[in-house]
Amino acid sequence: MSAAIGFGKDLIGLEHLTAEQIRTILDVAEPFKEVSERAIKKVPALRGKTIVNLFFEPSTRTRVSFEFAEKRLSADTVNIAAMGSSVVKGETLVDTARNLEAMRIDMVVIRHSSSGAARFLAERIPSNVINAGDGQHEHPTQALLDLLTVRDRLGRIEGVRVCIAGDILHSRVARSNIWGLLKLGAEVAVCGPPTLVPPGIHELGVCVFRRLEEAIEWADVLNVLRLQLERMEAGYIPSLREYNRHFGITSARLGRAPRDILILHPGPMNRGVEIDSDVADGPHSVILHQVTNGVAVRMAVLYLLAGGAPERAEAAKRGTGDES
Amino acid sequence: MIDPSQGLDDRVDLLIADGRIARWGRDLQAPESAETVDLAPDCVISPGFVDLHAHLREPGGEHKETIASGARAAAAGGFTSVCAMPNTDPPIDDPAAVGFVRAEGMRAGAARVYPVAAATVGSQGTQMTEIGELVQAGAVAVTDDGRPIASSKIMRRLLEYTQTFGIPVLSHAEELALSGNGVMNEGLISTTLGLQGIPNAAEDVMVARDVILAGLTAGHVHICHVSTQGAVELIRAAKARGVNVTAEVTPHHLTLTDEAVQGYRTECKVNPPLRSRADVEAVRAALVEGVIDCVATDHAPHHYEEKEREFDDAPFGVVGLETALGVSLKVLVEPGLLDLAGLIDRLACRPARIVPLPEGTGTLAAGAPGDVTVFDPTKRTRVRPERFHSRSRNTPFAGWELPGVVLLTIVGGRVVHRGEAQG
Amino acid sequence: MAEEGRLVMDERAVRRAIERMAREILDRNGGAEDLVLIGIQRRGVELASLLAAEIQKAEGVELPRGSLDITLYRDDLSTIGPRPVIGETHIPDIDGRNVVIVDDVCYTGRTVRAALDELSDFGRPARIYLCALVDRGGRELPIQPDFVGRHVQVGPGETVAVLVPEIDGRLAVELRKVKRE
Repeated sequence: MSAAIGFGKDLIGLEHLTAEQIRTILDVAEPFKEVSERAIKKVPALRGKTIVNLFFEPSTRTRVSFEFAEKRLSADTVNIAAMGSSVVKGETLVDTARNLEAMRIDMVVIRHSSSGAARFLAERIPSNVINAGDGQHEHPTQALLDLLTVRDRLGRIEGVRVCIAGDILHSRVARSNIWGLLKLGAEVAVCGPPTLVPPGIHELGVCVFRRLEEAIEWADVLNVLRLQLERMEAGYIPSLREYNRHFGITSARLGRAPRDILILHPGPMNRGVEIDSDVADGPHSVILHQVTNGVAVRMAVLYLLAGGAPERAEAAKRGTGDES
Repeated sequence: MIDPSQGLDDRVDLLIADGRIARWGRDLQAPESAETVDLAPDCVISPGFVDLHAHLREPGGEHKETIASGARAAAAGGFTSVCAMPNTDPPIDDPAAVGFVRAEGMRAGAARVYPVAAATVGSQGTQMTEIGELVQAGAVAVTDDGRPIASSKIMRRLLEYTQTFGIPVLSHAEELALSGNGVMNEGLISTTLGLQGIPNAAEDVMVARDVILAGLTAGHVHICHVSTQGAVELIRAAKARGVNVTAEVTPHHLTLTDEAVQGYRTECKVNPPLRSRADVEAVRAALVEGVIDCVATDHAPHHYEEKEREFDDAPFGVVGLETALGVSLKVLVEPGLLDLAGLIDRLACRPARIVPLPEGTGTLAAGAPGDVTVFDPTKRTRVRPERFHSRSRNTPFAGWELPGVVLLTIVGGRVVHRGEAQG
Repeated sequence: MAEEGRLVMDERAVRRAIERMAREILDRNGGAEDLVLIGIQRRGVELASLLAAEIQKAEGVELPRGSLDITLYRDDLSTIGPRPVIGETHIPDIDGRNVVIVDDVCYTGRTVRAALDELSDFGRPARIYLCALVDRGGRELPIQPDFVGRHVQVGPGETVAVLVPEIDGRLAVELRKVKRE
C-alpha cells in the first residue's frame, strides 16, 4: 500500500501485513460505511483512476462488491472476465499483464484459480494489485470484512475465539482469516473432516477440532465455509447428506452451545449442506452485515492503495491545525 | 590425482595416449610429442564424472536443450559420460531412436552420451519395449522416467526380463494416486502457499513396491532421485537383505528444502519436490553411508517462458549439469561429510558401475578410456545462469557462490572443455 | 513539529473572536433562523460548537450542527497519498438552509473548495457562509471567508496552529516553525 502509511504497492495477503496495518484498514473502513448510507453514495477520492477487475474465475459477489467500492470512490472501472477475453485463447498471464500496463491502468483487482497468481502479476506491473482471491492461497479483503464484522458485533477481536468450519484445505478465506485473526490476537481453531484439514496447520498456532460439537462448545464465532460440491466427487467426503449430519451448522447443534455464537459465512451458501437455513437467517447470523462491510473494507483498501509519492506525503504530514 | 577406484590420492603425473590412460606415476617423462599441462597445487585430477540421469530433450524439445548443448553442458560441469533420459517427444522406445541419440552424442564431440531407452512402448506403462534390440542399439538402461511404472505387473516383468541383458530398470518412484495434482512438498509451506502437496508417502509407497519386486525377481532396480527419509530406510533395509537395488540423489535434494519454494519460485518446482530439512539430512547421510550410491543431476531443462508463469502451470524440473560439482562440494565436502575422494567416488566411480558403461569408465587405471576431469575444489565462483552451456537457465542456484571450478574435461584423450575462460 | 510556538491569540482572544463572529453571523443572517453550522474535521468541529454555544446564549436557540471530513474530496490524493485517519461526516438536513462552514485556518482555499463540493452532494442550501478563526492569506482559489477571527501574517517556514481543548487541552492560536526532517 502507499508508502505514506507504510504499506507496499499491493495487497496480496494478510500473511505479510502487520497488526497495525490491518487495524488501519479496518479503521479507515469505518467512515466508508457512512458513505454508503448517503443519498449520493459517491465521493471523488479516486476520480480519474482506472481500475481493471481481472477475473479469471467466475465470481459474482466479490466482483460486484469491488465494483461498488470502485464506483463509490468515482474510479473508472473495466471488468475483464477470462471467459470473454483472449486469456482462454492461450494468452499468458505475463502477456495480459504487459497489455494492461501498456494501457496505463492504475490498479488491478485480480481473481485467479492459481495460488500465487496475484503476486506473480504484482511483481511484473507497476500498477497497484489487489488480490481478490488466488487459488487456495489468500482472499485478504474477505478476511478483512470478516474481521470488521466481528469487531462491529463483539467490540473487539483480541481474545475472541473464532472457529473456521468446513473445507479448510481448499480455502483461501480460511488462510487469510487465520493470519488476520492471529495477528489481531484472536484465538483461532479450525474444524472439518480430517480429509479437508491441511497438513501442518496446527504449526501456525491454530487448534484443530475433530468434532463440531467440541468447536461449538469452545467458540464465540463460527465462520462457516462453503463446501464445493466437487469435493464429494473427488472423494474427500462420502456424501453431502453425511456432511450435513456431522459437519453442518444446524440450530439443534447451536442450541447446545454454552453462549451465543456469531455465525459468519463468506457466501454463496449451500443451504442444507454446510449451514441450515434457520441458522443462516437466524438471530446470530451476520452474513448480510458481512456483505455490507465488504464494500466498506474494499473502499478502504482501494483508497489506501491509491496514489501517493512518499516524499510529498512526508511534507503533507506537517501542519496539524493548518490543513488547507 | 584422486581415483577411489584404485585407492589413489597422491601427487602424480598422468599420461594419456591414443585416447586411453597410458600410465600414471611420479615424475613421468612425457614423450616429445605430448602436450603437457601444469596444474596448480590445489587442483585435482579425477576420473571423468558420470551422470546417470539427464534430460537432453532431443528430439521434440530442442528449444529447451539439444543432445549437443546438453553434452557441452555436461562437459562444462566435469561430466565425461551422461545418460540421456528417453522421455522425449517421441520417446526413445525403438532401436532407431536409440541410434539417433548415440549418433548425435558422438557428433557433439563433448561428453559421451549414453541413451537410456523407454521401458514401455511410448512410456505408456502397458507393453514392454524390445529391450534386447534397444540394448544392442546402445541403450544402457530402461526407464519411463518422468512418470512411474504404475503397474506392479509390468514392473515385475521388466525386472525379470532385463536380467538377460544386464541392465537396470531406473525407477521414477511415485504413486500417482497419492501425488495427485501436487506441485510441491506437502507440509506447512504448501498449506500457507495454498499449493497442492505431494506427501513423502507418494515416493515411499512406490520405493517399497520396487524393492519388494526386485527381491522377488532378483532384477536390478535403480531408484532415481531419492528425496525422502522413508525411501532411504526402505533402500537400506532392502540392501541389508541382499536385494539388487541401487539409488541416486540429486544435488538439489541434497541442498534445498521446500522453504525455497516460498514466493512461488518456479525454478524450485521439481518432481520429486524439495522436501523438509529432516529429509535433506537423511539423503545426505544415506549418500555418505552408501545406502544411496551416487549423485545424479536429473538435469531437466525448461525454456524461460515455460517457467515464467503461474506455479501450478509451470513444468517440473531444474538444470543441474553445470552446478552439480559446486553444490556437492558445498553441501558434502565443506561440512566434512565426505572427503574429496568420497565425492569423486559418488560422482564418477560408483555411477559407472550401476549401468553397463564401457570397460574402464569411472577409473584412471592404465588402459581405461581417457576420460578425465580436472578441477580446482577451492576456487569459488558465482553461479551465472546466463553463462551456462545448457540452452536453459532454470536453476535454483542462480547467484550462489559455489566452490569448485572445472578446469579441464577430457574425453577419450581430447580436451572438450577448458574452464579458464570462465574464470 | 516543534511543540513550542509563538502565541498569537490566547484563550481570551479566541473567545472574544468567537463572540464577535457569532454576532456577525446573526447580523448577516438576520437572526438564527434557518442557520446550520457545519464544522470541518477536526478543529473546525470544535470551533463550530463554541460558536453554537455563543449563539444559544444570545438567541436562546440550539442550532443544528454537523461535521464534515473533506479527506475523500481532496484534490491531492495522487500527489501526497492517502491519509489513514478519516473523521466522521454527519450532515443534518441542509436543503434551503443557510449553512455556515466553520474551519480553523483559511489558507489556500482548497479545503473549502472540497467542503463546498462535498456539501453539494448532501443537498442544496439556500446560502453558504464561510467562517474561519484565522485567515493567513495565501489563497490559491477565488474563495474568501465571510467571518474571520484574526488575520495573521505568517513568515516563511512558519505554520499556524489552532489549539482546542478537546484535542489539545487548551484554546489558543500559535505560530510554529515547520521542522524539516
